[in-house]
Amino acid sequence: MSEKNMTVAVAEALDQEMDRDPDVFVAGEDVRVGGPFGTDAGLHQKYGDKRVVNTAISELALTGIGVGAAAVGLRPVIEIMIMDFVCVAMDQIVNQMAKMKYMLGGQPTLPIVLTTHAGIDSSSAAQHSGTLEAWFCHVPGLKVVMPSNAYDAKGLLIASIRDDNPVIFISNKRCLQTSTEVPDVPYEVPLGVADVKREGDDVTIVATGRMVIDALEAAEQLAAEGVSAEVIDPRTLSPLDTDTIIRSVQKTNRAVVAQEAVQFCGLGAEIAATISDQAFDFLDAPVKRVGAPFTPVPFAPVLEDIYLPDTKAILAAVREVIPA
Amino acid sequence: MELANEQLVHMFEQMTRIREFDERAARLMEQARIHGSVHLYCGEEAVGVGVCEALQPDDYITSTHRGHGHLIAKGGDPKRMFAELFAKSNGYNGGKGGSMHIAALDLGMIGANGIVAAGAPIALGVSFASAYREDGRVTVCFFGDGATNEGAFHEAVNMASVLKAPIVFVCENNLYGEWSPIAGTTSVSDIADRATGYGIPGVIVDGMDIMAVHEAASEAIARARRGEGPTLLECKTYRFYDHVGRDFGMLDRDEEEVASWRARDPILLWRKELAERGVLSAAEADAITGRIGQEMEDAIEFAAGSPDPVPEDLYRDVYTETGAAR
Repeated sequence: MSEKNMTVAVAEALDQEMDRDPDVFVAGEDVRVGGPFGTDAGLHQKYGDKRVVNTAISELALTGIGVGAAAVGLRPVIEIMIMDFVCVAMDQIVNQMAKMKYMLGGQPTLPIVLTTHAGIDSSSAAQHSGTLEAWFCHVPGLKVVMPSNAYDAKGLLIASIRDDNPVIFISNKRCLQTSTEVPDVPYEVPLGVADVKREGDDVTIVATGRMVIDALEAAEQLAAEGVSAEVIDPRTLSPLDTDTIIRSVQKTNRAVVAQEAVQFCGLGAEIAATISDQAFDFLDAPVKRVGAPFTPVPFAPVLEDIYLPDTKAILAAVREVIPA
Repeated sequence: MELANEQLVHMFEQMTRIREFDERAARLMEQARIHGSVHLYCGEEAVGVGVCEALQPDDYITSTHRGHGHLIAKGGDPKRMFAELFAKSNGYNGGKGGSMHIAALDLGMIGANGIVAAGAPIALGVSFASAYREDGRVTVCFFGDGATNEGAFHEAVNMASVLKAPIVFVCENNLYGEWSPIAGTTSVSDIADRATGYGIPGVIVDGMDIMAVHEAASEAIARARRGEGPTLLECKTYRFYDHVGRDFGMLDRDEEEVASWRARDPILLWRKELAERGVLSAAEADAITGRIGQEMEDAIEFAAGSPDPVPEDLYRDVYTETGAAR
C-alpha cells in the first residue's frame, strides 16, 4: 500500500490484468509511448507490440478491433484518447458493441473495456473537454464506470476487465492527478455499487467524477457551518446503485445532484427523477441539480471558470434545499 | 487447383440453395408471412459460394444487410434461417435479429449487419484475434460497392494493411448502392483501384463466374494465411432484384442492362459448365434443384410451426450475467 495518483493506479490495473490474463490486450492511439496522460506507462516495454497495439488515428477501426476480437474470445481494452473522439467511433460503440449480444440472440460474449479521458482541463476548449457519460448510460448493453479517485479507479478497472460485458470506463482528467492510498496487489471494486464518501444527516449530495472532489470540499465547509452533508459517489453510472442513494435521502430528506456535464438531459436528471419517484414522501425540498450550462465548453479561461460547476455551485444548491 | 467433382457439384447445390431460399423469402415478405424486410442475394451467389468454398470450416466471415447468401455459403441451416425470418425462438438469433442481423458464430459467421461497412472494423478485429492467437484462421469481410464510400471501410483497410492482418476484403460490386448507381456516388468505377491507396493488392474478377471467384479468393486467402496481409478482391456482379425485396418500386434500371446481366446468371453459367465438363447432366441438375426446393418448403414449414419468443426474452441477453468470477 502506498499513495498513488489515479494515472498510476490505472496503469497498474492494466499491467496486473495483462500479467494475469494473456487474452487481455490494450489498443489505442499512442499507447506505445504510454498515452498522453500516462495511463499506459510501461506497458509497451513489458508486453511489446503484440499486446500493446499502437493504432492509427482511426477511432472507428480501433473500436472495431475491440468488438471483433472480443466476439471471438479475447478481452480487449480499447483506449479512445479524449472522450470527445468517441463521436468518430459511435457506430461501433452503439450499434455494434452494445447491441450485438442482444441482436444475435445471446451468441457472443463481449468483454470489452473502452477507456477514455474526459472533462475540463485548462482551456482544452469545446472538442477536448467533454463529459459525455449520459450518452452511454442511455444505451442498453453498455456499462458505464466513472471513478473519482485512485483507489476506486484501480479496483473498478480490474473489475471492468474481468466483466463479460462492454464497459465504458471514463477517467476524469482532474481526478487523474489526485492521489489516495492504493494497494499494490490487484483487487476489485464491484461494478454497480455506490460508495458513501462522507456520512452526514442533513443533506445528500450525489456527485460524479470530479464533482466528488468538489462535493467533499463543500461538505467540509458545510460542517463548519453546522450542516452535516452525506456525499455519495455512484462510481458506476450504469447500472446505477439507486438503493444507496434512496436510503441516504430517506435519512437526510434533502438531495443535491452534481455533475460536470451539461445539466440538461444529464445523468443528474435521471437521479433526481429516481429520488422523486422512490423517495417523494421523504423529501423536505425539491431535488436540486448542479451541472454545466447549455453551451459548448469555452476556450477563454474567464469563460471556462464560469462554465465549470464547482464547490460554490454545490454550496449554493445545498443552501436552496436547506433554508437558513 | 483441381477441385473434386463432388465439390463442383456442391458449389452448384449451394448456389441453388441460396437462390431457392431467397426467392421464397421474397414471396414470404410479399405475403407478409415474415416480418421486416429482406435484402435478396439473387444474382450474386457465385461470390458468396465461390469465396466460402475456398475457406476452411473454422475460418471467419462478416456479412452485410444482404446476408442470407453468406450464411448459407458458410454452412447455415435453412431451417434455422427461416425460423429467424419468422421471428421464432429457435432462429439463429432467437428471433431477436431478423434477416438483417442473422449470424451463426459457431459457423464462423460473425453476422449480417444493418449498418453499411460496419462489418469491416469488426472483421479487422476478428482477424486481429487470429493473428494474436496464431490460430491460422483467415477472416473474409464481405461488403458492397456502397460500403467503400464509408469511413469505416477506409479505416479498417488501412489498419489491416498496417497490421498485415489475415483478412480478405471481398467487394460485391453490384453497381448500385441501395437505389443509386455507382457512377453518381463513387469516385472510381473499379473498387479494386482503392487498394492502391492502402498498399495492398487489388484484384478484379468476374463475379458471375464461380470458378474465377474461387481461384482469386483461394489465392487471396492463401496470402492472408501466410501472414502477407490483406487483399481487396472486387467481384463484378449484379443484383437481380431491388435493394429491398423483389420490387420496392424505387429502382430505375435500364431493362437492357438487367437482361444482359440476367443472361449471365451465375447458376445457369455453372450448370452449363458442369454439363459441358460431363460432371452433371441437365437431368441431374434439375433433380438437385427440385430436391433443394423441397428442402426449402420443409424449412418454411418447420419455421412457421416453431415457437415464438416468450415475453421474458425481451429482457434476456442485454448483458452477459457472468464474468465476475473469472
